[in-house]
Amino acid sequence: MIAVEKLALRQGDFSLNDLSFELPEGAYGVLVGRSGCGKTSLLEAVCGLRPISSGRIILGGQDVTDLKPGERGVGYVPQDGALFPHLSVARQLAFSLVLRKTQPAKIAKRVEELSERLGITHLLDRMPDSLSGGECQRVALGRALSLYPKYLCLDEPLSALDDETHEEIYGLLQQTVKGSDVTVLHVTHNKREVESLADVVLRMKGKELIRER
Amino acid sequence: MKEPLNGKERPAFQPGSDTPFLLGLGILGGSYAIIILAMIVADLAYVDKDSMLGALRSPEIHYSIVLSLLSCTLSTILSLWVAVPLGYLTSRFDFPGKRFLDTVLDIPIVLPPLVIGISLLALFNFAPFSWTSQWVVFEIPAVILAQFMVACAFATRAMRISFDQIPERFEKVALTLGCNRGKAFWLVVMPQARRGIVAAGTLAWARSLGEFGPILVFAGSTRMRTEVLPTSVYLEIQAGNLKGALAVSLIMIVAAAAVLATSRLMGMKRMEP
Repeated sequence: MIAVEKLALRQGDFSLNDLSFELPEGAYGVLVGRSGCGKTSLLEAVCGLRPISSGRIILGGQDVTDLKPGERGVGYVPQDGALFPHLSVARQLAFSLVLRKTQPAKIAKRVEELSERLGITHLLDRMPDSLSGGECQRVALGRALSLYPKYLCLDEPLSALDDETHEEIYGLLQQTVKGSDVTVLHVTHNKREVESLADVVLRMKGKELIRER
Repeated sequence: MKEPLNGKERPAFQPGSDTPFLLGLGILGGSYAIIILAMIVADLAYVDKDSMLGALRSPEIHYSIVLSLLSCTLSTILSLWVAVPLGYLTSRFDFPGKRFLDTVLDIPIVLPPLVIGISLLALFNFAPFSWTSQWVVFEIPAVILAQFMVACAFATRAMRISFDQIPERFEKVALTLGCNRGKAFWLVVMPQARRGIVAAGTLAWARSLGEFGPILVFAGSTRMRTEVLPTSVYLEIQAGNLKGALAVSLIMIVAAAAVLATSRLMGMKRMEP
């Protein structure tokens, strides 16, 4: 479950006030709204990447408002994937496990699992600058899933892709995430993503957040 | 209202030739590059073999070459030591007084170099600096400190630009994966900033090599003690030995070119996977 209660945040002249929503366990929530209305800020607040001025953020019943991003168990995929340019695909997937000093054998097993699931086994030794947009997003998704997160925050993960790749990653999201026990908050502009992926649709209209489905 | 485009007919409206514009760019840019090269060629043409060999054999010049190379390297290391964290701080964080800090960091860039030397001299009259002044002022540490004060300001600017060009998204992802701020910096930002560090280091080194005013005031121009290459040029000119001054200048040109080439090579190597 991802819940936000009376959240307020401020950055420079921009502010969000009194926003609340709740996504049930395992739900695929899609957050829509005009550019610049604060969708990304809200998503980043859930991840712990943006300080909030008041309110609470609750993940799976636990108040995580004061926890650091790495303590929240949230997988995060930004718009262009943001793969670390100096690391190979395998090392991107292993990044969070290496940080936690996981045994090398377990890391290798997890990297293999993830790469098979996402269809990127042939890319493991490649560097990000030699990957296509779709491949980058697969790796970024794999990196976000590496720690078996219960929550996934996706910030327009398909917007930078051409039509064909868009379909491919869209299918991958349907396969890997939808229907699993991962609760997803997905920011998008795309109507089709809303129609096909969303269990819950949240629309930011002006300063309000309206649940449409 | 368009005329047909068949055959040799052209549209009624024509934007005009690009040649004058491109020629203008070429002439303005090219003439500057030519003057730079011409200066170096003139140096080479003016210096004869004897004065070059004389300069290279002189123990004073040996000393000033060694001191220049060592002090520039040390002041570059010190500059990077400060410029990397300061550049990162000003690039990533908003805090009260940030504008003021930014302005303060620009002072060594806009201040006349001589004023930096005099200000350092004044500073070392007051505690706690005055406690060390007998080992610093008019001694080798003064050379390094004078170079550092200017070089570091340039290196900090270069590092800030370098960090500004690395999107913050990488750190955000790293934070969600379990990094703290420090680990995100070391594991994700620093490997991407290497090229910027090389650029900032080159800039700091080159600035240090050319530093003269503050060194003259704060470290003096004592032969075989605080004499660096620019001091040697100055002393040679004072002694009326223009050829000797040019010979020392050529040594500086070679040193600067070597550093520039090395940094370019290191920059290029990083492009390869």
